Amino acid sequence: MSSANAHFGGLRFMRLGMLALAGGMLFGVIGGFQFLFPEFLQELLFTKTRPLHVSLVVSSIFLISIGGIYFYLPRQCNLPLFSSKSVDLHYWVFLLTGLAIIVCYLSGRFGGREYFEFPPILSLPIFLTWLLFGINYFNTARQDKEPWPVYYWMWGTGIVFFFITYAESHLYLIPYFRETMVREIMVQWKSYGALTGSWNMLVYGTGLYLATKISGCDKYARSKMAFGLYFLGLFNLMFGWAHHTYLVPSDPWIRTFAYLVSMTELYIFGKIIWDWRSSLTDWQKNRHCNAYRFLIAADIWIFVNLALALIISIPALNLFTHGTHITVAHAMGSTIGINMMILLASVFYVIREELPNEIHAKCSKQLRTGFWLSNVSLAIFFVALLLAGIGKGTYDGSSFQEMMLGIRPFLVTFTISGVTLMAGLWIILWHGFRLMGKIMAPVGVAEPQPA
Amino acid sequence: MTTLCIAFVIYSATVYTTGTAATSASPMSAEARHGQELFQDKNCIACHQFYGLGGYMGPDLTNVISKRGEAYSGAFIAAGTVSMPNFNLDTDEVSALVAYLAFVDQTGTYPPEEYKIEWNGNVSQVDDPR
Repeated sequence: MSSANAHFGGLRFMRLGMLALAGGMLFGVIGGFQFLFPEFLQELLFTKTRPLHVSLVVSSIFLISIGGIYFYLPRQCNLPLFSSKSVDLHYWVFLLTGLAIIVCYLSGRFGGREYFEFPPILSLPIFLTWLLFGINYFNTARQDKEPWPVYYWMWGTGIVFFFITYAESHLYLIPYFRETMVREIMVQWKSYGALTGSWNMLVYGTGLYLATKISGCDKYARSKMAFGLYFLGLFNLMFGWAHHTYLVPSDPWIRTFAYLVSMTELYIFGKIIWDWRSSLTDWQKNRHCNAYRFLIAADIWIFVNLALALIISIPALNLFTHGTHITVAHAMGSTIGINMMILLASVFYVIREELPNEIHAKCSKQLRTGFWLSNVSLAIFFVALLLAGIGKGTYDGSSFQEMMLGIRPFLVTFTISGVTLMAGLWIILWHGFRLMGKIMAPVGVAEPQPA
Repeated sequence: MTTLCIAFVIYSATVYTTGTAATSASPMSAEARHGQELFQDKNCIACHQFYGLGGYMGPDLTNVISKRGEAYSGAFIAAGTVSMPNFNLDTDEVSALVAYLAFVDQTGTYPPEEYKIEWNGNVSQVDDPR
C-alpha cells in the first residue's frame, strides 16, 4: 500500500464491517425463526446462530469504528499514520481470527461465555490487534500539537478501556473467580458493562467527529460542555454497570451505588431535550445529507434508549424488567438504533467526501427506502420486545412454556420486523459497500472534492 | 482523570473481593466443576439464564434444583425437549450438570420471592442470602 492511499486501510476495515453486519443480521433472523420454531434449521442450532449473530454484529461495530479512525486521521486530520504496515497486520489478524471464531461456532466448539462464546485461546490474537491499534493510534494522534478535541480523547479512552475490560472478562479463567458463583457473574457483567462503554466511546467519538465536520464548526468538540459529558460517560463506563446485576446477591452497596451512578445519566437525558430545538434547525439545514440523516436517527434512538435505560435502572422497576425481553429491546435498540446509525453515518460521510457526485445518483432513493424501512422496522421490533418483556415480567404462573405461548404474538411480530429490518439494512449496506469499493478502485486516488 | 482512575482501581478491587464473597460455605465440588465446564462447552447460556442473565429461549436455571428436583432436571438434561436438543450426554455428564445446578441453587434466590420496595425506588430483598 503506497503512502498516497494509506487511508485505504481504513476503508477496507469499514467494508469488512459492513459484510460482518450483513451476515450478523442474517444469523439474527435465523435465530428469530428458531425462537418460534425450534426445529427450524436443526443443523444450525440456536446455540450456534446466537453467537454467530452477536459476534458478527459486535465485530462490525469494531470494524467500522476502527476503519473510520484509520481513515479520518491521515485523510482528514492531516496526521499520517504511525505505521501503515501495522494497519495491514491488524486487518489480517482480525479477519483470520474472525474466520477461526466462525469455524469454532459452526463446529460446536464453545468457550461458553455469553457474548464471547468462542474458546478463550482466540482472545490472544484479539489482544494483539488492540495492541497494534493502540500503538498506532496514540503515536499518530500525538503528532497533533494542539490540545486534543474531545473525540481524540474518546477514541483513545475506548482503546485503553477495551484492553482493560476485555482482560477483566477473562478473569473467570482463574479459579478464585470461577469457583464463586456470585463473583463470577458480577465480574463478568462488570467487564461487559464497561466493555460496552468502551465501544460506545469509539462510536460516540465518531458521531461527534462527524457532527463537527458536517457542521464545519470545531468549537463544540473543544468546549467545556463536551469534556464534561465525556467525563460523565467515562464515570458511567467505570462505575455504571451493576444495574445488570441488581438481583445477583452481591454486597448491597454495589447495587445502591450503581443506582446512583445510573441516575447521573438523567443529566444527559435532560440535555437532549434541552438541545432538541437547535437539533431540528440543523436537521432542516442538512436534510439532504445521508450521513446527517443517520445521525439524526441515532439522536432519536439515544433519547428512546436512554429513557428505557433510566427506567430499568430503578431497582423497583428492574425487579420486573430484569431477565425479560425488555433488556433485549434495550440492547438491540442501542446496538442498531444508536451504534449502527452512527456508523452508517460514518460510512456515508466518507462516501460523500470522496465521491461527492455519486451519492446524489439513483442510489439516493434506494438509500432513503433502506433508511426508513430499517428505522420503522426497528421501532416495531423494539415495541414488540417491550410488550414481550411486559408479558414475561407480569406472568405469575410457574410454567415457562405457558408464559412463552402468552407472548408468542409479540415474538412473531419481532421476527417479522427483524426480516424487514434486515432488508432495510442490506439495501443500505449494499450501496455503502459498492460505493466504498469505487473509492478504492485502482484508478488512482482522487483528491477530496467539495461536496 | 487520575483521581477517577485511582477510584476505579480501588472500586474494582473491592468488587473482586469482599463485595462478591461467597454467599454459601460450600465450595464447588470437582463434579460441579466438571458440570460447569460442560455447561460452557455446550453453550447452554445461549438459551438459559442464571439470575436472569443469559438467553431467553429456555427457562432460568438458578433455582431449578430446589423447584423441580434433581431427578426431574436430570431427565430433561438427558433426553432434551422439543426446544432443547438431546446432547447425547452419558450418565456421569448428566450427574455433573445436575451437581453444578445444585451448586448454583444454593448461592441465592431468583427471582426474589420476599422483598420490600422502598420509597426511593430501592428494593430490600428479604430472601437475599446476605
